[in-house]
Amino acid sequence: MIAAAVYAVMQKDLLYAVLATGVISVVLSVFFYLLQAPDVAITEAAIGIALTTIIFIITIRNTSRDEDEYRDNHVEKF
Amino acid sequence: MKKLIIFITVAVLTYTLAVTFKDIPFGENRIGDLNNPGTVSAYYLQKAPEDLHVSNTITAVVVNFRGFDTLGEVTVLFLAATGLASILYRKEDEEEDERITLKSSSLVRTGAKILFPLMLVLGLYVFIHGHLTPGGGFQGGAIIATGFLLMLITYKRFNTNHNVMVWLESIAGLAFVGIGLFGLFRYGSFLQNTGWTGNLNDLVSGGLIPLIYIFIGIKVGTELTNVLDILLKIKPRKN
Repeated sequence: MIAAAVYAVMQKDLLYAVLATGVISVVLSVFFYLLQAPDVAITEAAIGIALTTIIFIITIRNTSRDEDEYRDNHVEKF
Repeated sequence: MKKLIIFITVAVLTYTLAVTFKDIPFGENRIGDLNNPGTVSAYYLQKAPEDLHVSNTITAVVVNFRGFDTLGEVTVLFLAATGLASILYRKEDEEEDERITLKSSSLVRTGAKILFPLMLVLGLYVFIHGHLTPGGGFQGGAIIATGFLLMLITYKRFNTNHNVMVWLESIAGLAFVGIGLFGLFRYGSFLQNTGWTGNLNDLVSGGLIPLIYIFIGIKVGTELTNVLDILLKIKPRKN
């Protein structure tokens, strides 16, 4: 889980970063289940894995995928 | 210099947190019993099965003891969905209103067709049995929305009826308030549960709790589905 979190921060390709946050949610929901909170685990599985990831992917589709490319464009404009 | 400032800030934050959490005993039994309660949870743990005949204490707290807060929570979700819709919704005659998705393979399409009814049934099960098993209205609604999401991104032709969704959502929200007002006029306080609560572990038990959770489930499910439907219809901006 920590490895996935570090990967999500370090990764320049935003699509892979979002998928890594999805992996965090998978492990987190397993942890919730093991810590005897099954209802939180269900919520985390449905919202953290599916809905949040999809919303981020929609956002990436409408903006740009690469972090560096975005930053370069941004700096040139101003 | 900048790094030094960052380091000092982090050090101060760490120290404050450490001082705060130093005295909290982790892993101890702080619940106590009803006569000598450590926290309020002793009251909930004893009263939920005894008075309300509800085996899922979390549901009893969320819908019964803290029902008014849940109404506020549902209102927050409703306002968020409304705000999103008012920003992103475009009329159908304005331009082609197609979701932009990649063509999915036949494996995905067949799998989605099989999984979709199962996910709907699981969602319904989770919020109908909210007072007996883990989970409840919010969880069941989220599962249903995930099922719709699967169909929305797999099939281009799959469309949800926007009007039906909006009406279902509104009726469910009003029913929650209506149950609250029923308690107010009949028993004297908002969202007051009925005296009749059935037997422990029966499907029809717990008074108004399953009814409220069914309405919350319908509301959350339709709301999230609508939000996803609107989000998937945004066109990528052409640069």
